[in-house]
Amino acid sequence: MKFGVCVFPGSNCDYDTYYVLRDVVGVEVRFLDFRETKIQNIDCVVLPGGFSFGDYLRAGALASKTPIAKALMDFAQRGGFVVGICNGFQILTELHLLPGALLRNENLRFVCKDVYLRVENSSTPFTKKLEKGEVIRMPIAHGEGRFYVPGGELKRLEERGQILFRYCQEDGSITKEANPNGSVGNIAGVCNETFNVFGLMPHPERACEDLLGYYDGLLLWYSLISA
Amino acid sequence: MRVKVLITPKEGLLDPEGRAVKEILEDNGYKVKSVRMGKVVELEVDDPSQVKEMVENFLYNPLIEEYVIE
Repeated sequence: MKFGVCVFPGSNCDYDTYYVLRDVVGVEVRFLDFRETKIQNIDCVVLPGGFSFGDYLRAGALASKTPIAKALMDFAQRGGFVVGICNGFQILTELHLLPGALLRNENLRFVCKDVYLRVENSSTPFTKKLEKGEVIRMPIAHGEGRFYVPGGELKRLEERGQILFRYCQEDGSITKEANPNGSVGNIAGVCNETFNVFGLMPHPERACEDLLGYYDGLLLWYSLISA
Repeated sequence: MRVKVLITPKEGLLDPEGRAVKEILEDNGYKVKSVRMGKVVELEVDDPSQVKEMVENFLYNPLIEEYVIE
């Protein structure tokens, strides 16, 4: 499986993601410049974290109007895998490849800490190496991660199994205290209806090595390469 | 000509920035029913007929925002 990592002005997790894919997971990976107009010979595109275009206008809004973003629409419609991490998730909602929007954290703080996530659906290409109900740990680092969808849409997401991760306590319980940003339904990661586009606020690329204290993020990449 | 676009969070959507400003105003003795924080985009264009399209396709997100063109 060949990966591409998009690089926008202001991306800052691009090298971390590239490193993890190449040196830890051991797959073929190359950078995709935001001015590129075609995505060829790639099976999965990762939109990395950061502050693309300085988060100007709205987080992810300007990146969603670049040539690579337009190519990404075609790529996703052809069934290619897309993973958006943090700012990448924001870009995917701005592109309408994923539902909802990511708003300023409820407490107005930039939150940088480890969180526990409960796996809500393990029968997707992104989570097949995980188990439903399993609790994993990853770091978050964002100021605009409050996932929002209107009430009716939330119910539809739940019914279709599009919610993959929710913020939870260590024991897996979904509580207000475990919600770091005020997201509806404690949602940390969602998929599109066809389960080839996935966005999440936590950083799996920062949780892939013993040296860093955790490697739960690896399971996401391993799920994908066995897809 | 210059066109001003006012973009605000959608009515009813939690606006924590507006809430924080409201609380400080109230702490300072002012009576305020609500505060919503938005942004202003000033465009200088020859053809104002395209402004609506620019706003709807680029400048605002209909899921979370409202806009007024002045």
